[in-house]
Amino acid sequence: MSLPASPVFKALNDAARDRILILDGAMGTQIQNLGLAEEDYTGQGSGHVCRHHTDHPQKGNNDLLILTQPEAVEEIHYRYAIAGADIVETNTFSATTIAQADYGLQEAVTDLNVEGARVVRRALDRATAEDGRPRFVAGAIGPTNRTASISPDVNNPGFRATSFEELRVAYLQQARGLIAGGADILLIETIFDTLNAKAAIFACNQAMEEHGLALPLMISGTITDASGRTLSGQTPTAFWYSVRHARPWTIGLNCALGAEAMRPHLAELSGVAETLICAYPNAGLPNAFGQYDEGPQDTARQVAEFAREGLVNVVGGCCGTTPDHIRAIAEAVAGFAPRKVPAYA
Amino acid sequence: MPDRLLRLSGLEPFTLTPDIPFVNVGERTNVTGSARFRKLIKERDYATALEVARDQVENGAQIIDINMDEGLIDSRAAMVEFLNLVAAEPDIARVPIMIDSSKWEVIEAGLQCVQGKPVVNSISMKEGEEQFRHQARLCLAYGAAVVVMAFDEQGQADTAARKIEICQRAYNILVNEVGFPPEDIIFDPNIFAVATGIEEHDNYGVDFIEATRWIRQNLPHAHVSGGVSNLSFSFRGNEPVREAMHAVFLYHAIQAGMDMGIVNAGQLAVYDQIDPDLREACEDVVLNRKPRAGGTATERLLEIAERFRGDGGAKREKDLSWREWPIEKRLEHALVNGITEYIEADTEEARQQAERPLHVIEGPLMAGMNVVGDLFGAGKMFLPQVVKSARVMKQAVAVLLPYMEEEKRLSGGEGRETAGKVLMATVKGDVHDIGKNIVGVVLACNNFEVIDLGVMVPPQKILQVAREEKVDIIGLSGLITPSLDEMVHLASEMEREGFDIPLLIGGATTSKIHTAVKIAPRYTRGQAVYVTDASRAVGVASALMSPTQRPDYVAGIRAEYEDVALRHERSEAAKSRLPLAAARANAIRPDWASYAPVAPSFTGTRVIDDWDLAEIARYIDWTPFFQTWELKGVYPRILDDEAQGPAARQLFAEAQEMLSRIIAGKWFRPRAVVGFWPANAAGDDIRLWADAERRTPLATLHTLRQQVTKRNGRPNVALSDFVAPEGIPDHVGGFVVTAGPEEAEIAARYERANDDYGAIMVKALADRIAEAMAEMLHERVRREFWGYGADEAFTPEELIAEPYKGIRPAPGYPAQPDHTEKLTLFRLLDAEQATGVTLTESMAMWPGSSVSGLYIAHPDSYYFGVAKIEEDQARDYAARKGWTLEETERWLAPVLNYDPARRAAEAAA
Repeated sequence: MSLPASPVFKALNDAARDRILILDGAMGTQIQNLGLAEEDYTGQGSGHVCRHHTDHPQKGNNDLLILTQPEAVEEIHYRYAIAGADIVETNTFSATTIAQADYGLQEAVTDLNVEGARVVRRALDRATAEDGRPRFVAGAIGPTNRTASISPDVNNPGFRATSFEELRVAYLQQARGLIAGGADILLIETIFDTLNAKAAIFACNQAMEEHGLALPLMISGTITDASGRTLSGQTPTAFWYSVRHARPWTIGLNCALGAEAMRPHLAELSGVAETLICAYPNAGLPNAFGQYDEGPQDTARQVAEFAREGLVNVVGGCCGTTPDHIRAIAEAVAGFAPRKVPAYA
Repeated sequence: MPDRLLRLSGLEPFTLTPDIPFVNVGERTNVTGSARFRKLIKERDYATALEVARDQVENGAQIIDINMDEGLIDSRAAMVEFLNLVAAEPDIARVPIMIDSSKWEVIEAGLQCVQGKPVVNSISMKEGEEQFRHQARLCLAYGAAVVVMAFDEQGQADTAARKIEICQRAYNILVNEVGFPPEDIIFDPNIFAVATGIEEHDNYGVDFIEATRWIRQNLPHAHVSGGVSNLSFSFRGNEPVREAMHAVFLYHAIQAGMDMGIVNAGQLAVYDQIDPDLREACEDVVLNRKPRAGGTATERLLEIAERFRGDGGAKREKDLSWREWPIEKRLEHALVNGITEYIEADTEEARQQAERPLHVIEGPLMAGMNVVGDLFGAGKMFLPQVVKSARVMKQAVAVLLPYMEEEKRLSGGEGRETAGKVLMATVKGDVHDIGKNIVGVVLACNNFEVIDLGVMVPPQKILQVAREEKVDIIGLSGLITPSLDEMVHLASEMEREGFDIPLLIGGATTSKIHTAVKIAPRYTRGQAVYVTDASRAVGVASALMSPTQRPDYVAGIRAEYEDVALRHERSEAAKSRLPLAAARANAIRPDWASYAPVAPSFTGTRVIDDWDLAEIARYIDWTPFFQTWELKGVYPRILDDEAQGPAARQLFAEAQEMLSRIIAGKWFRPRAVVGFWPANAAGDDIRLWADAERRTPLATLHTLRQQVTKRNGRPNVALSDFVAPEGIPDHVGGFVVTAGPEEAEIAARYERANDDYGAIMVKALADRIAEAMAEMLHERVRREFWGYGADEAFTPEELIAEPYKGIRPAPGYPAQPDHTEKLTLFRLLDAEQATGVTLTESMAMWPGSSVSGLYIAHPDSYYFGVAKIEEDQARDYAARKGWTLEETERWLAPVLNYDPARRAAEAAA
């Protein structure tokens, strides 16, 4: 009836029982700081030339750096690991055929995911060699740039730019790649349309079934604005009920909001979910130039508040956070006990 | 959260907590339950259909049930479309959805459309445990709760014991094998109609209630639901009584633990406020009690039902004045009112007046039964009453039978003892048999021998028994939508196996339209007949068995069904096509006010003969060249294609080789002519002017308009839409280019040398050269001759994607399918003189490697396909072209959305 659990489950649960676990911070912000040009993205100026050819411009295709600038990507992962992250995400937010279509690189999807997991593994192994702490690779699965339950055409509310089936196929390819590359965890994140997430869950289950082991699944929604709802209109509790069948290892929220604005929604989830809670907010809200200027201590203080209230089991950072933020967060929550998970009678 | 509560969600969460005694599932968005909703969906009035959903939520439905199971609806597509639209309505989408279908594929399509946690309605062990496990696992993977019907391989559970046995087994499989959360299981132990007049149905209410009680006590965390309106099916038409029955039933079922139900939330009587007499009668029926007043519970409820119909009900006094009526009216009255008291005497009287005993049956008795049918169809009689009428009929026939047998003996003719042998069956996959059983009773009462094969009967068995028993008629019944396909299948099997006996079709989802459109055409050797209801069965079967009536009856049915099918086809076609006036009203309307057209550098025509073959070669788009050779792929990628690469490279090398010989040897002498004229749109035509002042008309270019119904505000385009109306000094251009007539000679030379490959190669290259010339000339027109794109700078490779402004549509191509427009173009350009290209009788250009077309400059212009047009546009176009309608239809035959021959045939008829 159900798959045997991967050995990682036990290690993670043991760790989570004792303390609040730390997830890494933003990838995009770190990549921006490298100031890469088109030739660096394609690997023709520096780095490695990608074997998948396309005529589309690649600047901004951050996931491609896994193949063309693997050393730089590994370095970022390593810095997060050393800063205190127990779980480090792959740089595969957009590594689906749907998201890569914009760059004409659908063919590269499997390589991106397999190599994306491997490069994190290498970084974590280096860090573990130094301090002996075990660390886990979370295969990041983004929302894609299409919505399955919202029409992009205001004049035609019944229209859909994608379908469950199209998403399922794309996510399945991604999940297979991540597992093949050695991901310990699958993390469906930045969910703004729950139907997309349900397709991802369906695909992850298929991939795990093929693999023969159940991996821990992390599911993270995004509350986009002051309405307190997802982009597709669900309240946090409705969102939880929609994905609860996945029996995720964690449920939580990330992105869009800073920690303070996220708090009430996180509290709602924490009140209804009979599983671990994970939160990784942005470093506040972007300023007029699109930069996040909340410092490591500011973010850490707010995240520590989550911990103090007993709302969380895993914390980290999203847009605008840096290894310094993660170090500060890890230090700030270290003194608090993790949230107690309500269990079935 | 140490609890096991059912948790669902739409945009908002829903938790079935112990303090919610009963969950109302809205039933109005169900095509099988709501005639209004069915009509809205059939007519694709989704806006109003959404209102129905919204009303339900406003009226307190906590979940809405959506069902699109109807034979003539594409259920899957309708489910997807409606759910997608619901998702865009936050005030509806806030509640969870119950995805209701008897087809798994419809359910699965629905599951792929909802972001919340829905309920699937339903799955069961009908097709066995494997299928059940499979569907349950998918429900779990999609994140849905399930309604499980008390239904197994043997059929739908009717007794409490069967209901309990099935639910127990299903629960064990779901919870222990599949790992389904028990709180997400909702059992539907089948609410069946009571008070039908059939004794076996009397305990159905009690069976449900008892099963409910057992489930709630023995299957932890599971829920019980049901479709309540089934209960009172035999009283349809009498809403006050139905509501009272529902309220009484729910009162007892909820106490037993039923915590969810598909009900019309806006229409539920309050138990306590029901008239005590009616309430007691309803309770007798629901709880299968013996009425204190004596008789059966059904009789008692029937007796008093009339009083509560709504008008208060005048008491029917015993009035014997009808005994004074003529004999035919007396028989009718006895049948309608189920009075057996005088039937034997009246029948005997009728027999004495009739020439033959059979005429009494075919005459007044049948007429009376037809009145019963009319009343039942109008909801003015209930099923038990119809059964009663059938019993009266049986008594009458019994009186006549000895005389008929005597007649037969005297005539010495071969006859039958019964009125006919009828095989009845509920088709494979369907277990509903109430209707079928009633038809069986009614037929048997009328001296038909009925062979009832029961429910879920596979087609092979039906045909085998039909053959062995030499039956005269096969009657099929079905209630659920998939049964319709089964019936179609059986009809084709009868055709294939050489049957020619009549096939009767009945059951709730069947219809005359479905029978006429889908079933009758599959069975041409015999006749399929739709039977509205049980009361009609005798009339239909008798007509089919009567040697005198049968031919006319069948001919009548056949004509009627053909007409029904034709009208259905027409209305379907009409749905997707717009009348010409409406299409014109939806024309594309560029913003002419802000448009400043560029005038060409010259008007009139100009011959271009300074072509450089080497330069042309640079403009060749090679992809179509490979297509000519049936190599499918885009140049240049095709050269590296794993499968086709070697062949493509070889071909390309040889083409290059021949191309360089063509260039070096100047094999072709390309020529072209181009022209521009002042032009303005005039309706769907483009008027060209001979003078700059636009006073003297020069010619008219006719265009055709799209008539297909467009979605999301897209226009119905004609080429004339891209040309400015009068008052704005717009122009239109035209051109003909040719690689030259030499192509034909050179190809012929290769052929004579038995080099077919060379012949095809040279023609293929000549075609590419002509197309490349058209591309080059168009570029030159934009940059120089017309000059509206003077600063344009695209490479030849970039031009293939048509990144520039303006189009060059060719007559005979999708944007203007009328080839004869080439005549006008050639005349304007004097193209034959200028280029040597001529038009054949069928408007093809010779030599073949030639291209012609118009030039339209407007930046919003684009290529489109006119697709099919309707007769109204053909007539309009004929008038504009100065053609007869027949000429028009001949030239436009490929794009007509109708069959002109049919009109001719109708005119002749």
